[in-house]
Amino acid sequence: MSSTTVSDQHATSAAKVIQPGWVRIVHWVNAVAILLMITSGWQIYNASPLFDFSFSQRITLGGWLGGALLWHFAAMWLLMVNGLVYLALGLATGRFAKKLLPITPRGVISDATAALTGRLSHDDLTRYNQVQKLLYAGIIVVGIVIVLSGLSIWKPVQLQYLTALFGGYDVARYVHFVCMAAIVAFLVVHVALALLVPKSLRAMIIGR
Amino acid sequence: MGRLRSLLIPGVDKQLLVKDAVKLLPDPARRRFIAGGASLGALTLLTGCDVSDSFSADQMLTRISKFNDAVQALIFNPHALAPTFPESAITKPFPFNAYYELDDAPEIDSKDWKFAVSGLVDNKKSWTLDELYQLPQVKQVTRHICVEGWSAIGSWTGTPLRDFLKLVGADTSAKYCWFQCADKDGYNSPLDMETALHPQTQMTFKFADQILPRAYGYPMKIRVPTKLGFKNPKYVVSMEVTNEYKGGYWEDQGYNSFSGS
Repeated sequence: MSSTTVSDQHATSAAKVIQPGWVRIVHWVNAVAILLMITSGWQIYNASPLFDFSFSQRITLGGWLGGALLWHFAAMWLLMVNGLVYLALGLATGRFAKKLLPITPRGVISDATAALTGRLSHDDLTRYNQVQKLLYAGIIVVGIVIVLSGLSIWKPVQLQYLTALFGGYDVARYVHFVCMAAIVAFLVVHVALALLVPKSLRAMIIGR
Repeated sequence: MGRLRSLLIPGVDKQLLVKDAVKLLPDPARRRFIAGGASLGALTLLTGCDVSDSFSADQMLTRISKFNDAVQALIFNPHALAPTFPESAITKPFPFNAYYELDDAPEIDSKDWKFAVSGLVDNKKSWTLDELYQLPQVKQVTRHICVEGWSAIGSWTGTPLRDFLKLVGADTSAKYCWFQCADKDGYNSPLDMETALHPQTQMTFKFADQILPRAYGYPMKIRVPTKLGFKNPKYVVSMEVTNEYKGGYWEDQGYNSFSGS
């Protein structure tokens, strides 16, 4: 009798793990890397703005163009290595397939409607709703595109075929910027929701 | 480090503080927290930086920049040519760019100017502009990319540097060609030998088929389409072939030294 209870408890606590250890590690390493990349990227942008505005010096990293470039080309290794680990483990463990698929237009619309009318449940954090699936799969794609466009800006001669794929050096700069904007927009929603549903934040820190 | 220190509360022993904090955590979480700390320590080992009092972000960034120099030298393909463009793609007007205004750009009289060659070369003679103009020239229409991010397409005509290096009997197993310029406050820049020998690296005497104007580096510029703009020195007065890394105007201020594109 008592042994059954114990094993039941084990089963429930194992099932309760929402975010496995490797996900939590790559998540927080990525959080550091992406913040370094965005804030140093803003300082680099300011040296030759693409649009009619600059980023406030108070929210940029590096102090001047040279400092920002040092940060950007240091943090890129953290971002790329960590990102590759994430992609490899996500594919190998089947987590991507299990968590992010399938995504159907109908499902996205109905879950989005439910979310906006306050009828979306957060009871089971191990399962993503269709809107979450779309955003998390989408941000992975954006992450891949921002790295590839960044590489094509950094190496437009050595990686000239990649640069050409983006429509040339100047277009690649716009692609890189638009991806940054998409990530910042994602972060605003992502952080706001994590604070609105604190148990999701707890799961990303201690696993459940 | 000074900034990190200021985050600590004076008079509070940080080890005791951590001990107290750990006591407040539930048991399994405590173990995870400590394991997490251990892997964070491992991470700092991996980055190769010295987490001691001598540690500073500047030192770490400088080391990574040197690592990036090595990575770029490794992926540099001496046979990969920078893309070329039709004359119709040339940016007009091509921007003047320097750390000073155009009025402060060097005004060089060709009668007084000589190109001095020194270091690991057989023939250390200085060259007049007329002598340099006798050398065979080729034209390229390539993209100039500034470290700031903007780019512009220009037309440059001159002598491939590798032909000149051969002509003066340079030791092409040396590491650098180090250029000195006539800019105010002095300008210099080292060019790694592999890039110096790249077929498109050029001693440039003409822009858009006209004698190089003052704005673009009269009488001679080194055009390197496989490098960022600041590695394309203008108003060049001398070249030293050397194994020694002698730094450069922008390189010494923190721009990545290889800065290949």
